[in-house]
Amino acid sequence: MQKMPAWAEVVLVPLISLILAALISAIVILAIGENPWTALKLMVDGALGSTYGWGYTLYYATNFVFTGLAVAVAYHARLFNIGGEGQAALGGLGVALVCLYIPWPHWSLALIGATAGAAIAGAAWAAIPAFLQAKRGSHIVITTIMFNFIAAAFLNYLLVGPLKPTGSMDPATAGFPQTTFLPTFQDMFSFGETVLFRGTPANVTFFVAVAACVLVWLIIWRTRLGYEIRAFGHSQPAARYAGIGPTWIIMITMLMSGGLAGLMAINNVMGEAERLILNSVEGAGFIGIAVALMGRSHPFGVLLAAILFGFLYQGGAELAFWTTIPRELIVVIQALVILFTGALDNMVRMPLEAIFGRLSRPPKPDRRSAQSEPSA
Amino acid sequence: MTFMKTLLGATATLAMTAGAALADPAVIFDLGGKFDKSFNESSFTGAQRWAEETGGTFAEVELQSDAQREQAIRRFAEAGYNPVIMAGFSNQTALETAAPDYPDTTFVIIDAVVDQPNVRSVVFDEHEGSYLVGVMAAMASETGTVGFIGGMDIPLIRKFGCGYAQGVMDTNPDATVVANMTGTTPAAWNDPVRGSELTQAQISQGADVVFAAAGGTGVGVLQTAADEEILSIGVDSNQNYLHPGLVLTSMLKRVDNAVYDAMMAGPEVETGVNVMGVANGGVGVAIDENNESLVTDEMMAAVEEAIAGIEDGSIEVHDYMSDESCPAISF
Repeated sequence: MQKMPAWAEVVLVPLISLILAALISAIVILAIGENPWTALKLMVDGALGSTYGWGYTLYYATNFVFTGLAVAVAYHARLFNIGGEGQAALGGLGVALVCLYIPWPHWSLALIGATAGAAIAGAAWAAIPAFLQAKRGSHIVITTIMFNFIAAAFLNYLLVGPLKPTGSMDPATAGFPQTTFLPTFQDMFSFGETVLFRGTPANVTFFVAVAACVLVWLIIWRTRLGYEIRAFGHSQPAARYAGIGPTWIIMITMLMSGGLAGLMAINNVMGEAERLILNSVEGAGFIGIAVALMGRSHPFGVLLAAILFGFLYQGGAELAFWTTIPRELIVVIQALVILFTGALDNMVRMPLEAIFGRLSRPPKPDRRSAQSEPSA
Repeated sequence: MTFMKTLLGATATLAMTAGAALADPAVIFDLGGKFDKSFNESSFTGAQRWAEETGGTFAEVELQSDAQREQAIRRFAEAGYNPVIMAGFSNQTALETAAPDYPDTTFVIIDAVVDQPNVRSVVFDEHEGSYLVGVMAAMASETGTVGFIGGMDIPLIRKFGCGYAQGVMDTNPDATVVANMTGTTPAAWNDPVRGSELTQAQISQGADVVFAAAGGTGVGVLQTAADEEILSIGVDSNQNYLHPGLVLTSMLKRVDNAVYDAMMAGPEVETGVNVMGVANGGVGVAIDENNESLVTDEMMAAVEEAIAGIEDGSIEVHDYMSDESCPAISF
């Protein structure tokens, strides 16, 4: 079957999936007696219609960029890292230790230190499943998801016990010192009397996330290591025959993946909460899977998909504030988008491929799979 | 600049449409959701009572994530809702940050103290209420062993347990208090199965009255106690009706009253720290037709004596949170 043109692959498939998800969501909203058009307007206005909305949308998006990149990088070596949740939680621990126990003179230095702490902690958490996969063949899907639970229990222990200040009820660390507070968009972009991004948590980490996208793109498509990772992903025996060591590739890919997931913590732990709380990741590790799927494991796609999910989160919050739509239904709407863009991808793709195949010249017997990446 | 204008314009429009609801109160429910059969539900009940009595309306939101705490406070304050009420100590940090930005809005926080001129902090003397049910438990127990089942192991719950144990020991110095916590994570607030197991374990240790201060977990404690035909004590709201004749009483923590009072007073609600104790009806024991048969006259007299003692200071109930220790029991 003829391959679709690149624009259809990158734009048309996600767009149609989104429209389908929106239609079903509209039916759901209608069924509970609310007006879907008002709801949509409220979501768009609330998430994209003001700097306030963008401040939240981009904050959530920053989280999802990191976890999305984590899944994407691993996926290039056909490793399915669904341990982003645990790796990001451990990243939070790394950030908390760095911020609490090192007296930083300035936030910029603290940011560098926290970035290192988050990446190292996240990577270390991914290293164990990676080692088990590389040396013992324990399936990475099973081990990473189990490590999520171990991470949650470990953080529970630390936050209820050693890291909690005496007398505090909250299972959380003490607040970080003032010098580690990252500048928010409000600090950066407000001028004179005009306060933009008022009170929103979006912070300088967003630019770290964009930089991470560029870095991942460079590594995957512009370095020898990236080539080896992709070669390994396409065919393990061929890669081995070409002299690429599987142990090395699995380890290095998972370390990068875990490190990226861990980096999320500089946004939510250091940038927003300014202390480490229980369950700080709040499912962003799993959203990362949907983001990577929708972004076709390409950093630019991941960035766009992350912003979309940021929109859904912030728009969902606005729905909760100003309508009587219960929060459970907002989760349903978010889930529908994940379902259509992630799980039901082929439902849209296959008919589209058929249409494009018929539109172009009579198909040549081309056996290339539809799974190849978009050209970078 | 036109893009900027559009953005600002959009914010202004939104603010105006939302401003229609001027000076209505707003309630923020915590992550547990407003029907958690415990704390949040109690504040919902208070808000609902206000709405029914006055015909007023209030805005509400159930939080979905921690990042939304400050967002919800700011959104409601910006839209002109006043007072903005939130239950739960988890909102403390967010309110400390946001409250100074909205000097014209009054905020009410329950179970935490936020030291800002426009914040009313409502705290409860849970140890005093627990002391009262401890007195009743000691008198109702035939084996001389009573149980305490806490939810998540945090200082607040130890405060319940400590006051309870002191009430028991003051009434019957030979009594034994068995205390267990359901867990160390927020999941411990909603684990009735574990609550049931702990009740079984305490029964096998001889307990014949158990006090559950464990949110949704308490439902399992009360159920098992009823199944095994021992007495139980409910918490927060009046849970006597759950198993008539088998729930000795409930330690009332009138979160609903705190919310109701704040809504009644409106934007002019008095700020500062508001302590709800035995004296002003913030905590107490629940007596109704479901437990009349269980409460003897001596019990009633002892409780009233204890209330009088707490009020005039002759009985000093130890507050676990004042020094993180408890003379009556070790956890």
